Amino acid sequence: MMAEYLAALAAVLVAPFIGGVLMGIDRIVSARLQSRQGPPLFQPFYDILKLFAKRRMAANTFQMISVSVYLASMVLSLALLFMGQDLLVLLFILALGNIMLILGGFSVKSPYSQLGSQREVIVLLAYEPLLVCMVVGTYIMTGSFSAASIFGLERPLALSMPAFVITQALVMAMKLHKSPFDVSASHHAHQELVRGIYTEFSGPQMAVIELAHLYELVLLLGFIALFWHTNLGIGIALALACYGAVIVLDNISARMTTRWMFGFTWSFGLALAAANLAALYATGPLPR
Amino acid sequence: MGLIDIARSKSPWILHFDAGACNGCDIELLACLTPVYDVERFGIINIGNPKHADVLLVTGTVNKRSARVLRNLYDQMPEPKAVVAIGACALSGGVFHQCYNILGGVDSVLPVDVYVPGCAPKPEAIIEGVVMALGKMQEREHARKRGAA
Repeated sequence: MMAEYLAALAAVLVAPFIGGVLMGIDRIVSARLQSRQGPPLFQPFYDILKLFAKRRMAANTFQMISVSVYLASMVLSLALLFMGQDLLVLLFILALGNIMLILGGFSVKSPYSQLGSQREVIVLLAYEPLLVCMVVGTYIMTGSFSAASIFGLERPLALSMPAFVITQALVMAMKLHKSPFDVSASHHAHQELVRGIYTEFSGPQMAVIELAHLYELVLLLGFIALFWHTNLGIGIALALACYGAVIVLDNISARMTTRWMFGFTWSFGLALAAANLAALYATGPLPR
Repeated sequence: MGLIDIARSKSPWILHFDAGACNGCDIELLACLTPVYDVERFGIINIGNPKHADVLLVTGTVNKRSARVLRNLYDQMPEPKAVVAIGACALSGGVFHQCYNILGGVDSVLPVDVYVPGCAPKPEAIIEGVVMALGKMQEREHARKRGAA
């Protein structure tokens, strides 16, 4: 038990640095794809420090509460993953954080923020079934919702649940607000109805959101790494490959509408998930 | 120079407002974002949201209509912030000086930190203006800290 707590603590302390460097790589790769040089590798850290140092200019007190809960839920989710805890609880905590951020966006009168928040609700609705289906898949395989039980399997999950690697990459693109799914706000400084859901968060509040994004990125990559638990080196390589694919997708596609996104994830995404789940039902749980 | 100072000088997010320009200066300003000049090398992002911006870049002459919008945008930016006036019109009103609807340059409405002259100024001059504005912003922030201490 002690080792699990230490692993979670280490993950929570190290995650922002890994996430920041990965985001820096994202910005450099995106710039190179646009034949630009791009910012320094540590640019996300400069941005967050600067935002923390700006003076507070809150529209209401709830904004700070909402972003704090958002950050706390990301940190807690990451800790739960590294402690090998219940994946279903993890998803609920993750959704709670996202909903708090959405409520923060709704708490101000700005129409840009309102519209961004409405769209974020649809984004949440689009990817949440895919996440739940993945957890259902792991339940069929292991007979348990806990992340630790995956490590009891002999074969990597990716071999029996290949469709879920694709859906997890889609979820990552949606949660990171990458094109073509950047309907509620954009990951980069591209403007979508000013800044969508982030429009009214300024200074330290925005810094907390950016920090939460670093945790979120590591968490999403961790999810994918779980698919090759027998050799975590391959798992991490798989996660980074998905991240690379998401960056390329971001740069080669344009923003689509919420309706298209909803239709795409609920038809293509859920069809993939359902086909894979049906195959799992047919073959039954794997030998342990 | 502390960590915060370094972060501030490496991450100036800009907000661009056209108060009534002929678009000449705007084109030069947007050219800074293209691969040729690529200001993201310096962490500069055209953020388009006053609540996230550090530096306000204003092009064009200020008239009675745009003055109110300009003031509103400036007020929404959290401190520390800086203002850069770009082009002859933003400096003094330019060729529109003394027109019936013209208030004058940007400094008739806002405290301007850096004036970038030209019609239109080159992108290099605009980038230098932003860098100078950052220096002034830091100085002001340090003076405020000394005053508070």
